[in-house]
Amino acid sequence: MIRFENVTKRFGAKTVLDGLSFEIEKGETFVVVGTSGAGKSVSLRHMIRLLTPDAGRVWVGDDCVNEAGGKKLERILGRFGVLFQSGALLQWLNVEDNVCLPLRQKSKRPDGEIRRLAAEKLALVGLEGVGDKTPDNISGGMRKRVGLARAIVTEPEIILYDEPTSGLDPVISRQIDLLIDDLRKKLGVTSVVVTHDLYSALYVGTRVAMLHEGKFVVCAPPEEFVASEHPIVRDFLQAQSIADMHDVRKAFGK
Amino acid sequence: MITREPHIFDPPANVFAAAGRGIIMACQGTGQALLLLLGAAAQTPHLFSRKNRDDVMRQLYLVGIKSLGVVSVVALFTGMILALQAGLELRRYGQENNIGTLVCVSMLREMGPFMTGLVIAASVGSAIAAQMGTMTVAEEIAALDVMSINPLRYLMMPRLVALAVMLPLLTVYTNLLGIFGGAIVGATQLGVSLEAYFDNAFRYAENKDLYVGLFKAFLFGLIVVTVACHQGFAATEGAVGVGRATRRTVIVSFLLILVVGYFVTRMFYQ
Ligand SMILES: Nc1ncnc2c1ncn2[C@@H]1O[C@H](COP(=O)(O)OP(=O)(O)O)[C@@H](O)[C@H]1O
Ligand SMILES: [Mg+2]
Repeated sequence: MIRFENVTKRFGAKTVLDGLSFEIEKGETFVVVGTSGAGKSVSLRHMIRLLTPDAGRVWVGDDCVNEAGGKKLERILGRFGVLFQSGALLQWLNVEDNVCLPLRQKSKRPDGEIRRLAAEKLALVGLEGVGDKTPDNISGGMRKRVGLARAIVTEPEIILYDEPTSGLDPVISRQIDLLIDDLRKKLGVTSVVVTHDLYSALYVGTRVAMLHEGKFVVCAPPEEFVASEHPIVRDFLQAQSIADMHDVRKAFGK
Repeated sequence: MITREPHIFDPPANVFAAAGRGIIMACQGTGQALLLLLGAAAQTPHLFSRKNRDDVMRQLYLVGIKSLGVVSVVALFTGMILALQAGLELRRYGQENNIGTLVCVSMLREMGPFMTGLVIAASVGSAIAAQMGTMTVAEEIAALDVMSINPLRYLMMPRLVALAVMLPLLTVYTNLLGIFGGAIVGATQLGVSLEAYFDNAFRYAENKDLYVGLFKAFLFGLIVVTVACHQGFAATEGAVGVGRATRRTVIVSFLLILVVGYFVTRMFYQ
């Protein structure tokens, strides 16, 4: 579904991605973890052409994203829903209009149907009855969930999440994780999650990859990931006091 | 896509390299700004489409109605200053009756569009730059790009229309108030009766004076919206970058309004 081919990205003298190659299958939830500043957001931004590689290629399906333009790029981007780190809501629109925005601007559906779909997605993220509040008047966690509702309102095949749980309280975090997992199980969407929250990563991920110095040092299903002997991964696991999958399931009450 | 890759350069080797880079960046910036203007202008056919007309209306309202207060004060006092300044000099030669012409022609050709342009650049231009800049650094522009909602159509076109329409209209209003302000000063400070003032004012003013002034105002509108959007979309580094974009917008618009105003006058009156 998404394939990186030797992707290298530099900012000035700093090499953020260093010949990164991997492939994400359809229906997977692929999680990228790493310390902050490791280049997780940078790798995500390559998938939607907000950044282009200095060398290598990024494929989405059979299309090369970094070479596409015009209508073709629009068609590729139409397959994505993106949750940005801060939600990226428009400040002058209320919550409902924000969620309606992509359909209002890009589809010919009647307004009643658009509003119904928006209400449906808002309910899915646990936000009924806040439709007429403005983004300034809701908490950061709510803004993020509104951002998620907007990302899924077009029913995309692929959803990208940039730090979906950072800055949220643990209860809401776990709710979001359950939601990400649900979207995969019920709708079969392909997801890419970028996070430094290992509980979240190990719970939602079908594969977890650790980004370090521009490469994946480990890329494995969660059970293998926790058992990895790689020193960087061990440090990361220890810092969040995770010894095995049992700890993760316990955090989710399972 | 409006979202651009960051350009990172090595520090320049010497002062010539720095100067050369400055010149190249300035040319590049001008080109990018003109492309933005053309891109947004190409979207104006969507002016009345269901997707855009609400935003166009809101911007027309914000630029036109919300600026009326400050424009009124500036206009009135500009006319009063012109009348007083010139009237006191002219009185020495017993020519104070001619302040009508002087105020009317200066307002129509120069001061009307100029003062309106400056007020709008400082109020509306800086607000546009701050808003676009904040949206850029908060990834909102990137989000629009990814949703394939063209920021030129969704954000810049309504502002372009608002400024291109409202700046000439506000200029007409400024002219009227300015001429009126001159009349008050004439009647109260210089002993020029209202009849004499208006008679004199409209005897020598030509339609051409009005049209040239309105043409200037239209150009000033394009300048303000282009500079503000260009600076806003190019903002980086959080709040600092937004501040920088706002400051540059005001400075660059002021300079361009001065220079373009001069050349338009020269073009039409030689
Ligand atoms: N637009 C940019 N300009 C310059 N450097 C950048 C830019 N975006 C990211 N970087 C650099 O790339 C590195 C990785 O950033 P990022 O992917 O945001 O980290 P994270 O893994 O925390 O999401 C950081 O060191 C950052 O300084
Ligand atoms: Mg990040």
